[in-house]
Amino acid sequence: MSGRNAEWRMQNAECQMQNAGCGLHAAGAATGPLRARAAGFARGAAVAALTALTACSPGEHYARTHLPASGTRKLAPKAAAVVERVEVPPPPITEGLFPCSGCHASMPVNRSRRPLTEMHGDIELDHDEQHRWCLDCHDAEDRDVLHLAGGERVPFEESYRLCGQCHGEKLRDWRAGVHGRRTGQWNGHKGYLLCAHCHEPHRPRFRPIRPEPAPLRPAAPGRRPE
Amino acid sequence: MSEHRPTGVTRRQFASQAAAAAAGWILTACGPRRLHEMPRDRVRAAIRAMEQDYSARLGRPVTVSDAPALEGVEFGYALDLSRCVGCRRCVHACVAENNQSRDPEVHWIRVLAMDNEKGIDFAHADPYYQADAVPEEGRFYVPVSCQQCRNAPCTKVCPTGATWTEPDGIVVIDYDWCIGCRYCMAACPYGARHFNWKQPSLPAERANTRMHALGNRLRPVGVVEKCTFCIQRARDGRYPACVEVCPAGARKFGNLLDPESEVRYVLEHKRVLVLKQELNTVPKFFYFYGS
Repeated sequence: MSGRNAEWRMQNAECQMQNAGCGLHAAGAATGPLRARAAGFARGAAVAALTALTACSPGEHYARTHLPASGTRKLAPKAAAVVERVEVPPPPITEGLFPCSGCHASMPVNRSRRPLTEMHGDIELDHDEQHRWCLDCHDAEDRDVLHLAGGERVPFEESYRLCGQCHGEKLRDWRAGVHGRRTGQWNGHKGYLLCAHCHEPHRPRFRPIRPEPAPLRPAAPGRRPE
Repeated sequence: MSEHRPTGVTRRQFASQAAAAAAGWILTACGPRRLHEMPRDRVRAAIRAMEQDYSARLGRPVTVSDAPALEGVEFGYALDLSRCVGCRRCVHACVAENNQSRDPEVHWIRVLAMDNEKGIDFAHADPYYQADAVPEEGRFYVPVSCQQCRNAPCTKVCPTGATWTEPDGIVVIDYDWCIGCRYCMAACPYGARHFNWKQPSLPAERANTRMHALGNRLRPVGVVEKCTFCIQRARDGRYPACVEVCPAGARKFGNLLDPESEVRYVLEHKRVLVLKQELNTVPKFFYFYGS
């Protein structure tokens, strides 16, 4: 293998690796035995990159072979969608508790972390409770809203922005209509739900539910149906 | 050796076979036609007859739609295996929406419980699991219904042409043409087709009166039926019943040709698989891992 050839391969591999998101800028500057080793490495990298580029899941394969190849094909949700406000049903707040300021406006703010005894004793915090407490999400000054980590106040109707601060990947999927339940029309108006409609915000893990009845086993001659 | 031996067909054989073929062709051409090849006015008449029949049987006004496939639409479905909890809400919502027989029981969706240790393994899957609460420890769930294959084995084996793929990708059955031979059930690798062994029983008050001629209209005994992506809803722009009912939001539905649709987002951003890919059925029903 001539040096020139090796260099060409190396540049080629470098180019592919940059495409894959990991640059290998130092390889081109290497000399002598190091250069030969780098060439070997580059060849391996090229093979790996090619394999990565050609191998794909059934979904991608389907999209490639059966769907119109297009410039319109979108790789990420539009930036505009990120700031867009999503229409949701009213947040699930216990009847009679809202507005919170109804009680809290006349009470002094107590920022100390403590077990709640007089009110809200039914709230069990099981949501990174080692590190967080009520006022990390609820606003101390205006109890009728929540606040983001940066201090921006958000109404309960936009609580998905609060949740999305940690669960950004879920928020992205939710906006695209892929995380969470949708109702309505597949090509028109879609009904969204807030995170809190399915996940109780204080203990968000999905609760086990009772399944609907199992199908009956087919009756066969000589066997009694169970 | 010099003897002349005719080896081909005789004149008499040829004439009689040609006559038989011509008679057969005339009989089929003049006889009843499948819904998708009937002229529009005959379809309308047939649909009106169905509406009258079903309204009388259910004691309530029934509408039967013959809405054709929408232009530029190919339906696709995606199901999130990391979300499904196996609650079978979809199974029963499907039964209510699509007028399946309650006794004997016909379910278009089967939720298979599988062991985490075995992975997707049909040989050890359990559709009859009983539990007080799901998801059960150490198990995951794979709901299976019609995969709406592009290369559907079921439509190829039908001797009467009673089942075919519509332009929007839905595999449908014309119940008037199904002769109940069940070849399609043998051909389907997903167990997605179901046979009416007895006269379907459906309490009139629980019937869904919004029907489609190729979907949830009342079926007679002795025909095969299957999931149609709720054709009566999908062609009306709505989500199938199973999508709307799923409490975990595991079910996604939309137009594969629309780059903005939810199914396209799934295909482009998630790890996707299809069942029994090696059979080259090319399903339009995708399973994915949302997280």
